[in-house]
Amino acid sequence: MRRAVLLALALICLAAPPVSAADSANPKADFKAFRNYFTKRFPKVPLKDFVNGPYSMNADLRKQWVAIDAFPPYQFALDKGKQMFTTPFKNGKTYGDCFPNKGIGVRQNYPYFDAKSGEVITLDVALNQCRQANGEEPLDYTKDDMAALTAYMAYTSRGKPFDIKIPNDPRALAAYQKGEEYFYTRRGQLNFSCASCHVQSPGDHIRTEVLAPAMGIVAALPIYRSEWGGMGTTSRRFITCNAQVRAVPLKAEDELYRDVEYYLSYMSNGLPISGPGARP
Amino acid sequence: MHRHSSIRLAVVISVMGLTTAALAASADDFKAAYAKAEAAENQAGALKNQWSTTEGALKAAKKAADAGNFGEAVKHAEEAEALANASVAQAKEQATAWKNAVVR
Repeated sequence: MRRAVLLALALICLAAPPVSAADSANPKADFKAFRNYFTKRFPKVPLKDFVNGPYSMNADLRKQWVAIDAFPPYQFALDKGKQMFTTPFKNGKTYGDCFPNKGIGVRQNYPYFDAKSGEVITLDVALNQCRQANGEEPLDYTKDDMAALTAYMAYTSRGKPFDIKIPNDPRALAAYQKGEEYFYTRRGQLNFSCASCHVQSPGDHIRTEVLAPAMGIVAALPIYRSEWGGMGTTSRRFITCNAQVRAVPLKAEDELYRDVEYYLSYMSNGLPISGPGARP
Repeated sequence: MHRHSSIRLAVVISVMGLTTAALAASADDFKAAYAKAEAAENQAGALKNQWSTTEGALKAAKKAADAGNFGEAVKHAEEAEALANASVAQAKEQATAWKNAVVR
């Protein structure tokens, strides 16, 4: 009888698919592996410099960036964002009333998992929630005013280390895992994943572009891109990436995009906010 | 004179050939091909994995059909169906394959 039970257990074990590290989400282990991968691959890049994306990978590009940064192309957005942020809504309240510490120096805590809605809330979503709670129309999630507002909030948080938390809630872990899955999943006719460029090929060129490392990649957002001729938010960055591999992009701030931002921001924990940034 | 007649005949035959090719596909053929392409693209949509090239081929098919060029329209619809099927296959394969790329 005992032999039969042991045999049955052995058969069940053989029949079960092999369990890999990615089968059950383990953010702490993922974080450690991610950090080891990038620091071992680029031992000469100081840890905090990864947030400077392509400039941490290419000396010539860095020289150009340093020269450009004397008159940063995001300055107009920054000024506009500050003005918007401090101008009261029609009801007399301001954006600052919706955020901890009046919204100053808080960028590093976004996105967060909201237990009430069971969803990931990015800074952009929080700003639109604030507007709607105060009787204002939501802003477009990709550029212009939203980029200006997030640029200002990032600027007030420069140097503060990312501090993204994954609470002990299976829904938060599921959101993290969906973000991780989206990041590593190949898509589009060109069959690229986000990781194809930003994990497997950082520092390499795609045409004239130098690919940024995934670690710290969200720290500089929002960014002024010469390619766009203007500012863009995190959503705009994701949408552009999808389109470049010939995939139909998701809607700005789609749940999956928010999950990817959650995953990437967690992977950047401890690295300083550097936004708003400027990229070729 | 005889040579000129031959050329004229060749031109007439060529034009007839082209006309026949254009008429080879009907509006119904287009509708059937487009419906198949659209069904495959909807499947890709359910998997959140549509390709922009599929969307482009679907638009081109509709544009050709609107212009009455059903041969061209069917060609684009069939291309769209093939692309949509490839995107569905990609999504199904990646449902587990993504794990192999995770940094560990």
